[in-house]
Amino acid sequence: MSKETITLEVLRYRPEQEQEPTFQLYESEYREDWVVLDAINHIKDHIDGTLSYRWSCRMGVCGSCGMMINGEPKLSCAAFLRDYYPNPIRVEPLANFPIERDLVIVMDDFMEKLTSVKPWILREQEMPISEGEYRQTPAELARYKQFSMCMNCMLCYSACPVSALEPDFIGPAAIALAHRYNLDSRDQGRSWREQVLSTEEGIWACTYVGTCTTVCPVNVDPAGAIQQEKMSITAEWFKGVLMPWKGR
Amino acid sequence: MRKSNEPMLWFLFGAGGVLAAFLAPIHILLTGIIGPAGGLGSSFEYEHVLALVSHPVTKLYLLALISLPLFHWAHRFRFTVVDLGLRASKRAIAVTFYGVAAIGSILSALIIVRL
Ligand code: SF4
Ligand code: FES
Repeated sequence: MSKETITLEVLRYRPEQEQEPTFQLYESEYREDWVVLDAINHIKDHIDGTLSYRWSCRMGVCGSCGMMINGEPKLSCAAFLRDYYPNPIRVEPLANFPIERDLVIVMDDFMEKLTSVKPWILREQEMPISEGEYRQTPAELARYKQFSMCMNCMLCYSACPVSALEPDFIGPAAIALAHRYNLDSRDQGRSWREQVLSTEEGIWACTYVGTCTTVCPVNVDPAGAIQQEKMSITAEWFKGVLMPWKGR
Repeated sequence: MRKSNEPMLWFLFGAGGVLAAFLAPIHILLTGIIGPAGGLGSSFEYEHVLALVSHPVTKLYLLALISLPLFHWAHRFRFTVVDLGLRASKRAIAVTFYGVAAIGSILSALIIVRL
């Protein structure tokens, strides 16, 4: 019995041999329980060992296998072939990022944006170790837990039309992460983060399209985080205008 | 990075959105459909309505009802136009749309005051 196959149109870019990216067609074996990443691994192992891409956990946890699949940002380990079969599937690197090679994108800019919001616990004054750990109730944990689930898959940056138009926009995941620390009862860094958040490259670039939340595979809801930050920062702003003596 | 004065504009946008979504339809229904169809009886008669809108609180309410949605519109259109590709003249676009909203608000204030 001949095996069933499915066509993958994969974007190739090998900077040492071509100026522009091109598409290459591969006929991969098809199995009902395979995801796109399985087919790409099959191609790499049996058809073309030169294909480059990122992956690791194969189970939607690590966030490294994001690709454009038929134009939509998805984790390739969570996109089943059967949802496309028998039609061909077009696989491209994540949109709105420069391409390093084939399906691998350059993520330096993303990493810089993430660190720009200081995503760690900031204290005006550290408690001495002898005082013990910073304690937190389950309710305090619940306030930010959802926003701490981000795995940096960058799908939201590929989905966001503002990120496409405004490369300096610090973007959904970075803002969601800032929000996560702003909501943390142990943290005192809101005013530092606001210097980055409350700018035209920060929350105010967002026009609430909401695709970041739609594509997020782990329901972080970055669009919600951005709106909540807009509200807090607007409240702070009014406080500053109405009670300037309070300072900030 | 420059600190932004967006909070003010965003607040007007948000407040205008709430009014446009929740109150405007009620007004359209009452004064545009039910009233003219006779469903409000004598309370929709000229003298009655005039007395109602002559009250300072009603005037303030009407001004908010007209002005805030104008700023909501300005904010939306500003970003729509910018997103459609007119990125170079961002500031001019903002000034134009908020300007129209401001002029509209002033004109309606003038009319409302004289009611
Ligand atoms: S917010 Fe969601 S979509 Fe964006 S990087 Fe984090 S996990 Fe991925
Ligand atoms: S390989 Fe880890 S999320 Fe897909």
